[in-house]
Amino acid sequence: MLATSPAFKENAVHALAEPGLQKALARTKPHFHAKRASAVAALPEFEQLRDIGRNIKNHTLAHLDFYLETWEENVKRAGGQVHWCATAEDARAAVLAICQKAGARTVTKGKSMISEEIALNEHLERHDITPVETDLGEYILQIRNESPSHIIAPAFHLNREDWEESFRRAHTDLPADRVFHERRDIMTEARTKLRERFLAADVGITGANFLIAETGSSVIVTNEGNGDLTQTLPRVHIVLASIEKLVPTIEDTISLLRLLARSATGQDFSVYTTFSTGVRRADDLDGPAEYHVVLLDNGRSAMLGSPFQEMLRCIRCAACMNHCPVYSVVGGHAYGWVYPGPMGAVLTPTLIGIDQAGNLPNASTFCGKCESVCPMKIPLPKMMRHWREREFERHLSPQAVRTNLALWGFVARRPGLYRLVTRIGAAALGWLGRRRGRLSRLPLAAGWTKGRDLPTPEGETFFVRYARAQRRGRGAA
Amino acid sequence: MLQTSPRVALFVTCLVDLHRPTVGFAAIRLLEEAGCQVEVPRAQTCCGQPAYNSGDRATARDLARGILDAFGGYDYIVVPSGSCGGMLRHHIPTLFDDDPNLRARAEALADRTHELVSFLTDILGLERVAAKFSGSVTYHDSCSGLRELGIKAQPRRLLAAAGAEIREMADPEVCCGFGGTFCVKYPEISTRMVSDKADDIAATGAETLLAGDLGCLLNMAGRLKRQGSAVKARHIAEVLAGMTGAVPPIGEAG
Repeated sequence: MLATSPAFKENAVHALAEPGLQKALARTKPHFHAKRASAVAALPEFEQLRDIGRNIKNHTLAHLDFYLETWEENVKRAGGQVHWCATAEDARAAVLAICQKAGARTVTKGKSMISEEIALNEHLERHDITPVETDLGEYILQIRNESPSHIIAPAFHLNREDWEESFRRAHTDLPADRVFHERRDIMTEARTKLRERFLAADVGITGANFLIAETGSSVIVTNEGNGDLTQTLPRVHIVLASIEKLVPTIEDTISLLRLLARSATGQDFSVYTTFSTGVRRADDLDGPAEYHVVLLDNGRSAMLGSPFQEMLRCIRCAACMNHCPVYSVVGGHAYGWVYPGPMGAVLTPTLIGIDQAGNLPNASTFCGKCESVCPMKIPLPKMMRHWREREFERHLSPQAVRTNLALWGFVARRPGLYRLVTRIGAAALGWLGRRRGRLSRLPLAAGWTKGRDLPTPEGETFFVRYARAQRRGRGAA
Repeated sequence: MLQTSPRVALFVTCLVDLHRPTVGFAAIRLLEEAGCQVEVPRAQTCCGQPAYNSGDRATARDLARGILDAFGGYDYIVVPSGSCGGMLRHHIPTLFDDDPNLRARAEALADRTHELVSFLTDILGLERVAAKFSGSVTYHDSCSGLRELGIKAQPRRLLAAAGAEIREMADPEVCCGFGGTFCVKYPEISTRMVSDKADDIAATGAETLLAGDLGCLLNMAGRLKRQGSAVKARHIAEVLAGMTGAVPPIGEAG
């Protein structure tokens, strides 16, 4: 996927003026905020669970080598195979090789952000393999040739009209009088079409919410059940996962699952939670004949021991973007790559470089809402600031910003000079605004004054008035 | 009233110094009324957030050094801003990770630093102020004060005790879009955020908008005035100190 993150600003301006997108985004609050809030309120130990979750992941990351090896042994014991992939390219190649070996023409896919990260669909198509997205949101995006705008609700930027229009365009056998009034109508149509594809698939690809070291299992959570059909019907199951999905035990997984759905959709638990361990055993009713895990690093191991290590605790619940005041007005596509919102602002620069993704950690007011709702207590603002520091150190921040900062820093380091400069500034601005107490326009301040007036200072600085009051022996200022 | 009179240093903040000195004098009055002995160290400029949040750690650190020197030896440091208060309490110590001595000094300073309303209520145990205020107000929870310093009920308690009628916004905790340099780096996003905030403020029907941070107030007042709103924006200290007569509302002429 070509990153448009360098054009974040332009993307955002465009998004702000897009009525359809704005209509869709207006659903964020009732859809996600209220549901998470009530789910959290109904679980008195939620705060303690956050600490438990953070500790589980911190422990795992501190011993990741051990848990990865234990997990691989257990995958093998259950008849599965692990493909270690350092880069996105390696992961694409590994998936393709498995598909080609299986003689696959069609592969069904459950929802996977790793698949987006490694741009898998394009790669399979180039090799004459048809990927079929089976998550409802991903399915419509595939029809529309769009990328997800949200990590758990990929088509969050669309409205019902868009769904209907896309179905009518892609499903040419649709009777003209079919109605799409409700979500149910949309589901029924997708379900009918997808049923044929599920049965025809040679390989099923899913993501993983967790990889469990003690059993070698992978876990997915879904609300549509599409993941289960994807991974149980075809002969070959491929799990796409990145290294930070590891957790030591089933018990740990349960603790994290208690946090995941509540933080994500405000459900106590997702409708389907599926544990997959290896291949079909003799007395199993179903299951794949081959079970592969394509395990991706793609720069993550380099985050260990860096200021960004804590980002590897992320369980992809999307609470940060659901509650982000910036995401909720510009949407996910503005961020210009796979991962949007606060978690994307931290992760994306790791994956595509801060030179490409510099805007992302800058486009935050540091309001701290993301950190306050993160089930894993990831200090997202702190890590965005780390990226700004790297950007500054590498002279990647805009020259005008650097010059202004240097000038300001020079003055602010010298209280005497600072007093003089602020005295002149306050007087000048105060004089300009003497009639209305504000300015509608000011040279070099268009960024401020385009959308709001600039309230002007009282005229004298605090220190001027304070010194005068001191001379008069306190009291009247 | 306190038995002994603590020595309090006022960290004026650059915005109050430059923009709205009355807030500084209101803070002094509130602190003195509560029995504090207030001093204003001369060698102060800015808490360093513009540099710190732009990735310029070296400048932020230099300014923090200056703060450590200027604000040593007081019982408390009080700041009429949650944002600058958060910088002193939580962030400045992290600038000295590589220097145990300075780190210890910064932590000692952080422990003694409080945002104004939090200091009056949480530390001094104040239940009410001397001033009365009879109008309707809506209170915006500035992000740093709320999430870094836990300021939420305290200002409302003091306002209610002073007689103000509090009309809550639908979402008083959502960011106003100021964000320091954010508001000029991403003006379109910032404008949209403050526009949503202005709608929320207007919907309360309150006559006065209050907050504890001048940055947010300049942003919100600027948007309200651009929309022709009659809502008056003020720093909460002006109301609590009974100094609303001393200065017109933010963005209005006297």
